[in-house]
Amino acid sequence: MKATLQKETRSAQAQPVEYVAPEVNIFETKDGYILEAEMPGVTKAGLEITLEGCEMTIVGHREVSVSPGEALLRESRDASFRRVFQLDPVIDTARIGARVDQGVLTLTLPKSEKVKPRKISVE
Amino acid sequence: MNNLIRWNRPELGTWSGFGRLTDLRDEIDRLFEAPMAEWERSSQLLSGWTPALDLFEDKDNVIVRVEVPGMKKEDIEVSLHEGNLSISGERKYEEKKEEAEVYRAERFFGRFQRTVSLPSVVESGKVKAQYQDGILTITLPKAEEAKPKHIDVNIS
Repeated sequence: MKATLQKETRSAQAQPVEYVAPEVNIFETKDGYILEAEMPGVTKAGLEITLEGCEMTIVGHREVSVSPGEALLRESRDASFRRVFQLDPVIDTARIGARVDQGVLTLTLPKSEKVKPRKISVE
Repeated sequence: MNNLIRWNRPELGTWSGFGRLTDLRDEIDRLFEAPMAEWERSSQLLSGWTPALDLFEDKDNVIVRVEVPGMKKEDIEVSLHEGNLSISGERKYEEKKEEAEVYRAERFFGRFQRTVSLPSVVESGKVKAQYQDGILTITLPKAEEAKPKHIDVNIS
């Protein structure tokens, strides 16, 4: 009885997920940052973006594809994507926007209004 | 020769912010310092964009999968010639960013091409290609004569 229980716990743990870092482009404009991350095979459902203080973690779960036949050559990997970023404190985290299109995640990270240069008129 | 496993950057710890990074130069420096054997595994800095390609075969079809995220399907070309399948295209860089400062530019832009020899004769008229979630999947039905046939053995 005990032996069966142990076996079940082991399989419930599943294999540790292997991650690779997606390639990113990061730009800064006067209004904010734009981050593009390449995650082929990842859909909106597979994306997890979490924010903890100034740290942002992007995870893209690849759909485990059923092999369409016998593999003769495999260069792609089943690994999911993960990358962590330290955000510039000027970013207004409440207004971060995200969209995904053809395997590319585009994040817009606007700067908070009060940080932008602005004119102060003199009375 | 060692395993020619395509190198994917392993997941690193936290990036130290969006500060100014001269890592492109560092990467090139590292490339020159590393022994020759490392070059094969190094970044695609030298070889240009080579999207990952998978080749599968079942009894009815040959299937080719190429990872080319962020493309428009009209910028992808697929052609078949004498048993070789060629996939090429160009990923155009959008010049929409006015006065943007670039912090990291790891993504490739420009042309790419992959050619693969097919393991079987296919019906070129029935080839289907689909582009979804950044993955191009090409299904090539095998020609009738290439499919495995069951041969009855008669013992008289």
